[in-house]
Amino acid sequence: MTALLRFDDVALRRGGRLLFEGLSLDLHPGEALHVMGPNGSGKSSLIRLAAGLLRAERGRVDRAALALANDDLALDRELPLRRALGFWSRDIEAPMEWLGIDHLAHVPVRLLSSGQAKRATIARVAASMAPLWLLDEPLNALDAKGGECLSVLVEKHLASGGAIVAASHQSLPGRWSKLELGA
Amino acid sequence: MIAALMVRDIRRGFTGGAWLPIAFFLLVATLVPFAIGPDAKLLSRIAAGALWIAALTAALLPIERLIEPDRADGVLDQLAIHGLAEESIAFTKIVAHWLTFGPLLLIAAIPASALLAMDRPGVGKALLALAVGTPGLASLAVAVAAVTAGLPRAGALAGLLLLPLAVPLLIFAVGDALLLEVAVSLVLTAGAPFVAGAAIRAGRT
Repeated sequence: MTALLRFDDVALRRGGRLLFEGLSLDLHPGEALHVMGPNGSGKSSLIRLAAGLLRAERGRVDRAALALANDDLALDRELPLRRALGFWSRDIEAPMEWLGIDHLAHVPVRLLSSGQAKRATIARVAASMAPLWLLDEPLNALDAKGGECLSVLVEKHLASGGAIVAASHQSLPGRWSKLELGA
Repeated sequence: MIAALMVRDIRRGFTGGAWLPIAFFLLVATLVPFAIGPDAKLLSRIAAGALWIAALTAALLPIERLIEPDRADGVLDQLAIHGLAEESIAFTKIVAHWLTFGPLLLIAAIPASALLAMDRPGVGKALLALAVGTPGLASLAVAVAAVTAGLPRAGALAGLLLLPLAVPLLIFAVGDALLLEVAVSLVLTAGAPFVAGAAIRAGRT
């Protein structure tokens, strides 16, 4: 079985500081990886590296098609939510329902609360059809209900042969293999 | 995705104050007769240059909304994840920017040339030079916007970068060297996506 994400002896340096080195990992379909570590340990940088937005100083990163949800909203503030999400994916009705934001379809993005905005970024990932999901602090700003929606989505995605990397300093619901980054 | 981005950027251009640089352009053109006096002969002699100075300063206004909002909000990151090269993103933004800037500027140049007492052949030449030169100017604006995106005082810095680089456009347009104007505009339009693309990549943190 081919890996959806593979790090081969990867080192990453940000702003002159070595965040990690010699990192190797393989993520296969159905696997979920929880990246843990204190603030500044490089969790978000690892996610951005996996997404191809940063370049590794050493080593090699191979990735399948992926979707990323982080703290950047990347939705046009002036548009209603459905149209704003529709820019990224044609099929957003079902994901919006899964995240419990379907009743906000006509609300302009700028009026969303931070929790609703977080749900919208996760809905974009769920709508992407990408096998690899990268979630940076997915529980930030989510309430208990939102967390439940997320864990249902995670289960469904893993069962359908997807893989997930989530960076979070909180504990995530479900079964995750863990990767601890030092500060 | 490219088409969707193009449509979105054009929509955002027209709803996000595309008329502002045009109003600014007209305002600067209006100032010239006040500054020089009502001597029609003198005005018509400097009219082409005055139009271009107005166009160059107007081109500075939209720079801060061309790249920076999309960088700060993660739109550029998501586009890259969706498989678009930064160069394609930049080129799309150049075309969209020109469409919301060039045609309006050409229309505004007609009343502006009247204010500057231009004669008929002069107006024709000026419009042609603007039509040919504004794609280069729009490309330059996007490239400079990408280079300065995320920097403090980006607006002022962008002016310092763009105006000197636009000097060839100005010289050939006013000097009635249309083919050279075409050449400069083409070079800028061809080079800007690569400059902007590299700047977007380098600006990632």
